[in-house]
Amino acid sequence: MRNRVVITGLGVVAPNAVGLPAFREAIQQGRSGITFHQELADLKFSCQIGGIPPITETDKKQYFTDLQLQQLNSSGVIYGVMAGMEAWRHAGLPVATDEPDWESGIVFGTGLLGIEKIRESVYKIDQGQVRRLGSTAVVQTMVSGVSAYLGGMIGCGNQLTANSSACSTGTEALLMAYERIAFGSATRMLAGSCNDHGPYLWGGFDAMRVLPYQYNQSPDRASRPLSASASGFVPGSGAGALVLESLESALERNATIYAEVRGGHVNSGGQRGGGSMTAPNAAAVQRCIQKAVEQAGIQPDDIDLIDGHLTATLKDPDEVRGWVNALGRSGSEFPYINSLKSMVGHCLSAAGSIECVAAVLELHEGFIYPSMNCEDLHPAITDLIDPSRIPQQCIQKPVNVVAKANFGFGDVNACVILTNYQIQTAHANE
Amino acid sequence: MQTNDELITALKTIVKPYVQDEEAFAQLTEQTSFIKDLKVNSANLVDVALDVEEKYDIEIDNESMERMLTVGAAIDIIRQKLAEK
Repeated sequence: MRNRVVITGLGVVAPNAVGLPAFREAIQQGRSGITFHQELADLKFSCQIGGIPPITETDKKQYFTDLQLQQLNSSGVIYGVMAGMEAWRHAGLPVATDEPDWESGIVFGTGLLGIEKIRESVYKIDQGQVRRLGSTAVVQTMVSGVSAYLGGMIGCGNQLTANSSACSTGTEALLMAYERIAFGSATRMLAGSCNDHGPYLWGGFDAMRVLPYQYNQSPDRASRPLSASASGFVPGSGAGALVLESLESALERNATIYAEVRGGHVNSGGQRGGGSMTAPNAAAVQRCIQKAVEQAGIQPDDIDLIDGHLTATLKDPDEVRGWVNALGRSGSEFPYINSLKSMVGHCLSAAGSIECVAAVLELHEGFIYPSMNCEDLHPAITDLIDPSRIPQQCIQKPVNVVAKANFGFGDVNACVILTNYQIQTAHANE
Repeated sequence: MQTNDELITALKTIVKPYVQDEEAFAQLTEQTSFIKDLKVNSANLVDVALDVEEKYDIEIDNESMERMLTVGAAIDIIRQKLAEK
């Protein structure tokens, strides 16, 4: 018997908004967070645009002491800590005093942490200045750095770890946290992920020529998931965080429940059957979605909305085909589907968490954010599903079941099923 | 050469960001221990040493670093390193 697990807190640092209230407004309005960066142009990047959260010094001071800020040069740590602490406070949870909170843990993933700090260190070391690195070069660059910072700030006494599975990192983190609570090893888990910004992180993708180069003068139009003119993903950055908690604990402390995590699945395609280091095995994607539905104990027809991975590459039609095949739904019977990347770009290892925060907001508040920049829907997509399934403007309507998936390099997949808590209760009582 | 008072004032500016016991900091003397009294995190002692090096343009070797546990010891080390220059 698994414990039921609910979401009781959210935090977000996204390219189009910092903090939950601003993020809600931004995604309802379809506001873009993609901007031109002179630094990328100077460095001769083909793609000179990207998504960087608009963080101020005042924002940072709300979360870090002056001492912590002194040597801080890791954007991922800044984003992760801000989103994590916002989620914890949003859940109305206290920080531990003397005794650690043995029942609270953290799984906060990333792809690569503190690339700017690493660069700073590499230069010093090569100049024979290793002794001048300072005391925080390690904690700002170890992959579990964000978990470590947050663990200390909150006083967590349960598992503190960091997962890494490319662009599925955030969704995987949520599922790892879910399992830990479902199986009774923890009562509360802070789940999230972050991604640094900047040329040293994005350069490898520019070199692979998977980023769009045609929109340097019109950045807000560049990220075009589902569109016929999609020409690559726009690199982003930031962090998202969610507090997961056993239903029992949430009810006991009278917490606001934003959604229930019904289950999910993580798998990989083995880089077989059309899958490769960078492309997904279609059978694995379908299997991941079907297993998630199965574990959640719902029917494919129950799904109201798909928060897709949908990066704005040529793979978008393949992803839609994967959903169509996995759910056995097409045409006007297909659920609504949207892509947050149309506003914030592809936040890489942070994508899953930021997008899960958006999905929970949609469930809790009853809206479907618009998928931007797809006025010219890809014909291979409209062959599969009715255009009405892709909202180009925000739709206000109750949403009861969301399927959220992310796929990543290494042919890895993660899919989670989130439901409205009240609706689920009604089902359980039937 | 600076007086002890001047050196203490300079050290206080350097060490202030790392201090976690403000009361002990207010009553700082040459006998004050960075870790035991001021509750400076031991990892941050490295940063204090780096800031001292920068301010006085000296190099604090590993042995001196190990000795640098009190305000008085830090002053001795600074004086010694300045004299060696």
